[in-house]
Amino acid sequence: MKRKILCIIRLVCLLFLTVTAVAQTGNELRFCLKSDPKTLNPLQVADDSSETIRYLTGGVLVRINRLTQEAEPELATSWKVSDNGRTITFKLRDGVYFSDGTPFSAEDVAYTVQQLMDPALHSPTGDAFRSGDGKVVTSISKSDRITITFPAPVAGLDKLFDQVAIMSATSPQKEKAVLGPYYVADWKAGSYLLLKRNSNYWRQDAGGHRLPLIDTVRIDIQQNRDTEMLRLVRGEIHFINSVDPESFDKLASENAAMVHDAGVSLDAEFMWFNQASKSPLPPYKQKWFHSTNFRRAVSESINRADLVRIAFRGHAQPGVGPISPANKFWFNTSLHPHPFDQKSALQRLAQDGFRLQDGKLRDSDGYNVEFSIMTNSGNKMRERMATMIQQDLSGIGITVNVVTLDFPSLIERMTRTFDYEACLLGLLNNDLDPNSQMNVWLSSADDHQWNPNEKTPETSWEAEIDNLMRAQASTLNPQKRKQYIDRLQQIAWEQEPFIYLVNRNALSAVSPSVENVHPVVLRPQVYWNVDELALRAEVASAK
Amino acid sequence: MKSVRTVAVLFLAAMAIACLFASFLTSSTYAHQFRDIPDAPPSHQHLLGTDDLGRDRFARVLYGTRVSLLLAPAAALLSSLLAAVIGGIAGFTGGWIARVIMAITDLFLSLPWLLLLITVRALMPLNVSPITSVIITFALLGCLGWAAAARVVCADARSLVQSDFVLLARASGAGGLRLLCRHIMPNLRSILFAQFWISVPVFILTEANLGILGLGVAEPLPSWGGLLRELESYSSLTAGPWQFVPLVLLIAVVSCFQIVLHKQELPV
Repeated sequence: MKRKILCIIRLVCLLFLTVTAVAQTGNELRFCLKSDPKTLNPLQVADDSSETIRYLTGGVLVRINRLTQEAEPELATSWKVSDNGRTITFKLRDGVYFSDGTPFSAEDVAYTVQQLMDPALHSPTGDAFRSGDGKVVTSISKSDRITITFPAPVAGLDKLFDQVAIMSATSPQKEKAVLGPYYVADWKAGSYLLLKRNSNYWRQDAGGHRLPLIDTVRIDIQQNRDTEMLRLVRGEIHFINSVDPESFDKLASENAAMVHDAGVSLDAEFMWFNQASKSPLPPYKQKWFHSTNFRRAVSESINRADLVRIAFRGHAQPGVGPISPANKFWFNTSLHPHPFDQKSALQRLAQDGFRLQDGKLRDSDGYNVEFSIMTNSGNKMRERMATMIQQDLSGIGITVNVVTLDFPSLIERMTRTFDYEACLLGLLNNDLDPNSQMNVWLSSADDHQWNPNEKTPETSWEAEIDNLMRAQASTLNPQKRKQYIDRLQQIAWEQEPFIYLVNRNALSAVSPSVENVHPVVLRPQVYWNVDELALRAEVASAK
Repeated sequence: MKSVRTVAVLFLAAMAIACLFASFLTSSTYAHQFRDIPDAPPSHQHLLGTDDLGRDRFARVLYGTRVSLLLAPAAALLSSLLAAVIGGIAGFTGGWIARVIMAITDLFLSLPWLLLLITVRALMPLNVSPITSVIITFALLGCLGWAAAARVVCADARSLVQSDFVLLARASGAGGLRLLCRHIMPNLRSILFAQFWISVPVFILTEANLGILGLGVAEPLPSWGGLLRELESYSSLTAGPWQFVPLVLLIAVVSCFQIVLHKQELPV
């Protein structure tokens, strides 16, 4: 009797395991997002999760190939930008249908552009196209040809359409009707999203097979990065788009085939001093932070090579300036990271009257040089960098207090009270075109972090940067624009309103069961070619 | 059971001595980064190896223990004193004053502690030294941790007010202040001792929680919370056994406090 019961239990267990295995190994790609998407409307995307869904479901006229960083035709087979940079004409692909069967036409493009530029919608994607006041005019000359005219020249106009997912003007499903490889079939908030293959997707592979190759994509909402890593190791998910250096090394030691270091990315880590005129800092500290020599001295006293080696375990590069070396066209190759040279730093400080006494740096009025660096709590890399900078700067007699704050408190101090001295943060950069950094470099901009919303530029070099940014935005000649941006990088390197510390590498982890994976430095690093990804036959066949 | 208590007391005493004389036990400082040897295993120079920035882990454990073991009792003392005053007054006076005080106490109890600490910490000035930051952290813990103890003290004080010996004292002409100071408060001593011992491990753990959130003691000063952060990530699954020393110490110390507390509760 006992044996029979044991046998039954074994059989039930075996059956359960088999069912679970089959359920988990079908032709389904699985990965995690940290949070639910805030919207499924592709024009209102402002967060990473929504951006992911837009990438997987949206059809665009032009797509930037994440590998070559060049614009390639998608729903538009060709396009032409006018000489004045205000007008773009697209020739559209024939025989394309939305996921619900509605035919795709020039009316859909016109509808999408009008929605995009509608001031009432406040589309973050549309902001990049707003170069001047006035209406955007769309004219359809033939059923497959549309011309869009903007009120003022838009820099890098064609590449901006990489972010514009075309919506249907007539479909009753509205934004749920999509032109991308997948459509959202199910969404349980806080738990998962299920994307199914769009059978009307227009692309085919070289062998004439309809893409995408994978039937469904399941995206689990998983806040904890460590749990996500464990799930990858256990085979429950197929990839992690962005992995921290520690986990990367740990995974590499266990299974080197799973990890990919695509090299230096567009993301930068940097620090800056508060130079805001509205800040409640004492005048002597404001004087330090406004001094170029002081900023340069601090920069030269930071050992960037150590930051790379220890805080990022070698998976980063010393930072140079606002454009990462990963940005092949726009990076100013004549610039190099500031060398670690504390002797030179002390000489620069001496020029401004600072002197080293009993191991402490004092300014010309006798004040000890001491300031705090705030960063967001919970980010180990940044906390490590701040602690290393603390030790580095003690080498020139500067006392640094490291403060970690929760993100809302940090933003409050940065943008409203201006009650801070220095801040260490990072910038996630999605866009290759430096025009996207307009909101950072214009002195009147909100995100001009070291001194936001200046009525008129407070320094001559900020005035020059303003002129350069405006000039590059109204110029269409790429070489001319490059010259302006090179000069901007030169000024940023000399004045160091932001002290660039490192550019992180694009680290990802992918299960060996996924084929055709070529991780790149641009987002989305792993699934940029999602329609070509496939799961290994032995895994998929279990379905 | 007595021997277990003795061992617990001896262990706590040994820990206190070790952290007080930390500078004699290690030649390394807790802050210096030996950048050529981050994450090093134990060696003659670094008995517990080095952390991810190359800092001597043994020195950091000793100094971190000093921070947690000295300041947690200080915070517990502060909260016990506040509880004695607030709970004692409420229990002694009774009536609407007691109701108001207990309503405030209930309000304090219902506040989400951790969020409150994070908010208060965010409002503090930024440019403070690590020593000041640690004192602020534990002072905040002390100032916010009195409510539960005050409820217990209030209940005890109320029963004392109604007891025969207080009635006798009142009949003998003892005034309110004399009754409170000479008759009520001395009899609350044992309950306050118990509350003090309960608070110590609670504050140690709260600081550890804040440390894990990155909001506790400022770098480079170590504390148990900060040291435990080493173990929070996926890569710690293969951590060397020496990396678990702060965790083992935390468990051992909190357990010892509980054993000692049990002894304290007996005479009540």
